[in-house]
Amino acid sequence: MGQFAQQLIVGLSVGATYALIALGYTMVYGVLRLINFAHGDVYMVGAVVGFYLARFAVGAGWGVAASLLLIFGGAIVVCVVLGFLIEFLAYRPLRNRPRIVVLITAIGVSLLLENTAQLQWVFGAQPQKYPTAIQLALNARIGSAASGIVVTRLDVLSLGLSLALMGALSWIVLRTRTGLALRAVSYRFDTAMLMGINTNRIISFTFMFGSGLAAVAGCMDGIRYNADPLMGIQYGLKAFIAAVLGGIGSIPGALLGALLIGITETMVKAYVSSSWADAVAFLVLVLILLIKPSGLFGRHEPEKV
Amino acid sequence: MNAITEHATPARFIAIRPRVPAWIANLALAGLLVGLWPINRLLVDQIDPYFLLIATTIGVSVILATSLNLVIGISGQFSLGHAAFMAIGAYTTGIILRHYKIVEPAHGAFQLAAAGEFAGAILLGALFAAIAGLFIGIPTLRLRGDYLAIATLGFGEILFVAINNTENIGPFMVGGSSGLYGVPIYRDTRFFWVWGFAIVCIVCTWRIVYSSRGKAFLALREDEIAAAAMGVDTTWYKVAAFVIGAFFAGIAGGLASVISGNLDPGSYRFIKSVEIVVMVVLGGSGSITGVILAAALLTMLPEGLRFLKEATGPAFPADQLRMIIYSLTLILLMILRPTGLLGRRELFPMRRRFARTAAGGTA
Repeated sequence: MGQFAQQLIVGLSVGATYALIALGYTMVYGVLRLINFAHGDVYMVGAVVGFYLARFAVGAGWGVAASLLLIFGGAIVVCVVLGFLIEFLAYRPLRNRPRIVVLITAIGVSLLLENTAQLQWVFGAQPQKYPTAIQLALNARIGSAASGIVVTRLDVLSLGLSLALMGALSWIVLRTRTGLALRAVSYRFDTAMLMGINTNRIISFTFMFGSGLAAVAGCMDGIRYNADPLMGIQYGLKAFIAAVLGGIGSIPGALLGALLIGITETMVKAYVSSSWADAVAFLVLVLILLIKPSGLFGRHEPEKV
Repeated sequence: MNAITEHATPARFIAIRPRVPAWIANLALAGLLVGLWPINRLLVDQIDPYFLLIATTIGVSVILATSLNLVIGISGQFSLGHAAFMAIGAYTTGIILRHYKIVEPAHGAFQLAAAGEFAGAILLGALFAAIAGLFIGIPTLRLRGDYLAIATLGFGEILFVAINNTENIGPFMVGGSSGLYGVPIYRDTRFFWVWGFAIVCIVCTWRIVYSSRGKAFLALREDEIAAAAMGVDTTWYKVAAFVIGAFFAGIAGGLASVISGNLDPGSYRFIKSVEIVVMVVLGGSGSITGVILAAALLTMLPEGLRFLKEATGPAFPADQLRMIIYSLTLILLMILRPTGLLGRRELFPMRRRFARTAAGGTA
């Protein structure tokens, strides 16, 4: 029982990070009907920027709290700018083209980011660990040791930040004018435009917000595992699967889907086989696409002539 | 709406009865294949092995790109799992030949037996790939557009994890994550085999596109709902395109296994599928000759970069640079010329004259 509870906590922590990435996929799909393949790589850029900032902060002898603030803040700023640029340069010229054309462009952007990061004068092909001072500080246990269950600061931070950001996002979407416009664009693009909504501004906002969330997730996973120029493929795809599982376009769906994926994966890793765990998420994807392609919370959109 | 739509189907796609009777065309094809044998001998004897190897590798790319073109360019189904079918073919052929290779004698009846064994191994790999295509195709082809892309990608990743974690199947070694080594290399005959199969693949695709059934594939690409309304069994044709594509991808995989002699499961992942997609999109999705051209160009690209590497020193990141060029090509192509180099035209539009007649109503 103790081990099960332990795995559940790890799964929730991992899933919460997936949720932050999944939100970016789900928001972009909501407004543009585009699987933004490059989103996983924005998350990777977050981890890489965080890595350099952490090295700088630790080298300059900053405290842990100040370092973390710099890591997360700096990564968010860089990724928000990157998200804006990707949308502005690569997707905006293709606004009225067939969806497959935009999808292929997204794959192109993804490969571009991955391989640029792999260049030795950018980051290099090898994964690199964050400075030990940061990792030790966040992997410290909290809570009672008597039950044998380990809860690290990172777990609390991961779950707490995810829920807080999710709350902020819900507030923006449900309570602000921008959120109203976002919902209108996602409901019907052309009509929203006719109603005087600046759709380009809304789409830019969506990309920037999603990229900011991805940056937070990137730093978190960077501290948890390491910064890796190819992390965007594996974790990005899993987060995308989480979004599909929850019903792509649905914000609570992304959270639920991500937690489910995180827990399932951790359980398989613990009780079945660690080397097959990577296939689990894809198995879930294939099953969900075959049984209920609209996901848990998704709305069904019939194909029209 | 799945395809990269340029404009409505032009008149030259209207299938007409070919001027040449089928048996003459088939005879010509057989002649071409027989003629390839002495050409192969000549090239092996005369040409620098490095260039011959590149020419052979181009042949494999041509098969891969042409078969994916049938799925993406001609039937309009966007698949991101083509490398998975290649992996099935490569592993089947590789495992069989590694265990049962007949030692090749200089000449005589044994040589014929060895050739038959080789062709059999390749075709068995292709058959397995086609069966996999059938099993993956039937459920996933209900999905459209981007979801289909993701589902095929998912199957590819599952297959990768499966191969990566399998050391043996019964008495046969698969090799797991360290790969399968020691597949016999057919140094003297591989050019013949690769280009022989490439010609067969191209001719098959050509015949499919210009047949009356080919119209159904094209209709599927242009508008799935309209095609269904016109009585095209869309699921059947989608699965057919997928299975044929998988079959030829399996052949390409088998050929690739005897070119390099070792199989690395990591080289058949998502990135490889994307490379094949780039070939199709660059050449002009739906144009047979355009895609062949692009496959040749993109296969030669790393060799060109190799010379650059020799000029600048060993620290030069040739592989990353190649992928950066690939990705920039994709992005710029989609923004500036989404129809690819040739669009839907062919290099040798031989049937245009007849198509006009057909459009005029006299054929």
